[in-house]
Amino acid sequence: MLLYLLRRVFYAVPIALAVGFVCFMLVQIAPGDPINAIVPPDAPADVVDQVRRDYGLDKPLLVQFGLWLSKVAVGDLGRSLATGRPVWADLHSAIGNTLMLAFAASSLGFVLGCVLGGLAGTFRGSVLDRTAVGVAVAGVSVPHYWLGMVMVVIFSVQLNWLPAMGAGPGGSSDWGWDWDHVKHLVLPTVTLSVIPMGIVTRTVRGIVAEIMNQEFVVALRGKGLTRWGVFLHVVKNAAPNALAVMGLQLGYLMGGSILVETVFSWPGTGLLLNSAIFQRDLPVLQGTILVLAMFFVALNLCVDLVQTALDPRIKRG
Amino acid sequence: MSTATTPTAAEAELAVQARQVQAKSEGYWAGVWKRVRRDPVTIVCGSILLLMLLAIVFAPLIAPHDPYQGSMIRRLKPIGTPNYLLGTDELGRDILTRLLYGGRLSWFMGIAPVVIAFVVGTTLGVIAGFVGGRMNMAIMRTTDVFYAFPSVLLAVAISGALGAGIFNAILALTLVFIPQIIRVAESVTQGVRNLDFVDAARASGASGFTIVRVHVLGNVLGPIFVYATSLISVCMIIASGLSFLGLGTKPPEPEWGLMLNTLRTAIYVQPWVAVLPGACIFVTSICFNLLADGLRQAMDVKG
Repeated sequence: MLLYLLRRVFYAVPIALAVGFVCFMLVQIAPGDPINAIVPPDAPADVVDQVRRDYGLDKPLLVQFGLWLSKVAVGDLGRSLATGRPVWADLHSAIGNTLMLAFAASSLGFVLGCVLGGLAGTFRGSVLDRTAVGVAVAGVSVPHYWLGMVMVVIFSVQLNWLPAMGAGPGGSSDWGWDWDHVKHLVLPTVTLSVIPMGIVTRTVRGIVAEIMNQEFVVALRGKGLTRWGVFLHVVKNAAPNALAVMGLQLGYLMGGSILVETVFSWPGTGLLLNSAIFQRDLPVLQGTILVLAMFFVALNLCVDLVQTALDPRIKRG
Repeated sequence: MSTATTPTAAEAELAVQARQVQAKSEGYWAGVWKRVRRDPVTIVCGSILLLMLLAIVFAPLIAPHDPYQGSMIRRLKPIGTPNYLLGTDELGRDILTRLLYGGRLSWFMGIAPVVIAFVVGTTLGVIAGFVGGRMNMAIMRTTDVFYAFPSVLLAVAISGALGAGIFNAILALTLVFIPQIIRVAESVTQGVRNLDFVDAARASGASGFTIVRVHVLGNVLGPIFVYATSLISVCMIIASGLSFLGLGTKPPEPEWGLMLNTLRTAIYVQPWVAVLPGACIFVTSICFNLLADGLRQAMDVKG
């Protein structure tokens, strides 16, 4: 097992490097000379040349990548062009907020998806099944940024029950465990949870239906096991796959929450990315994408390892 | 010279049977169409999409107003205002007109990237699956890298770096979908590559290109096509999402995602007018999704 673990971690290294390279290239494919992002447009030519040398921008691309990588490795993501502050300073509080939202949404989506998918898979072909499938299709087809707006219209504008934007009272961006903060979390969480809900429903429905058709379930029933007992067996068989799907969804939501965060002005990475795009603040864009992508790579690895640990049917080859 | 003999009775019988089978059994597509026809959900979705397509193609003929012409005195009228059936936007432009015109770009940006990715991804995926070896390694390891990004994030990253614009958005979305199609294409091709009829073709001296063209493509295009149709819905949502973020389309061009963004400020004044463009995206996307599901069943593609 330890050997398997080491090998999997080893395989993730080239992927992580390549992901880093793609993020590095983001600034290179951006129109215009990257030097314009550092020096003011009216700087004299010799100053521009000096800065170009200082930043290593006169060196070949791969050398530049090496330089950039060595900085990133020690946590230096550069400075924001708009505020002049280090990118990491703004990023780490934003990541906390995004994680909070993504975790809440994928948990909610997972629970709802398991219930719906489990019921649908057990009572296949019933009205319940068709309803669950319909809800699942709607969940994966709905533009979630629009759903967020509809939620705001209903619950904030018309009913005035829940706040429409921000993460806390008075526009505070720090999280706290009180009702005022939780109230702000409700609408974005529900909005974001529809995607994992739809996908988990589909997956769990498929798995459960497949398990229910297998002979061991008939045997369990035949030996007189109660419904609850059979249920536990089915859960045990379905859990590894369902958890794997859920883990990946958490990662997708980390990246995908950018649109929902924009709708609700949630102070996370999405809002950060949005303002970076608006101001063409490439270092912030690059740093945020890099950190989110690395998180996704790590999460993929964890999901693989957990699934292998949980499921004896997967060979650790 | 081969000895031309008169057919024996048994051979003649076989020939007659073969002709009968040919006459009776319909083609593959006829079977698919028959199954689609029996599936009410697919028919309804297909009809809705067809109607929408007609509406946006003939937008200049049916739209009651000019999509760019606003007026300060009739801003943000509610739904049901006479002459402005679905209300007006924040610049006093007719919503119905802009929805009709906006569908053109939304559909284009939802379908074009998938079509390009289908062509490029199938080519690369079939090459990877059929040639195997180092070629497979090179192509598949590259797709792994793009797979390491959540798709929305990758689309936002690329079009964010390139800057706003329809072309950049389509480029970004194409790059997002190519790896996904490559993966499917590669795995179906792998499945077909080792089947007996491919071996037979190779034994009879067919070149690799001929085998792919005659024997492989016909067997892999169906599943890849079904997968690609299921991507249209995702693509439309992300494309409109990019416009919603201010990437993609630029004002005053009508596009559903961008309309949703500019109407967002009007949410406290005319909430139900403001959410209309999103409803259009939703309906289109759910119809494409259900259509893809129906096609998958009718074409009997697993997965």
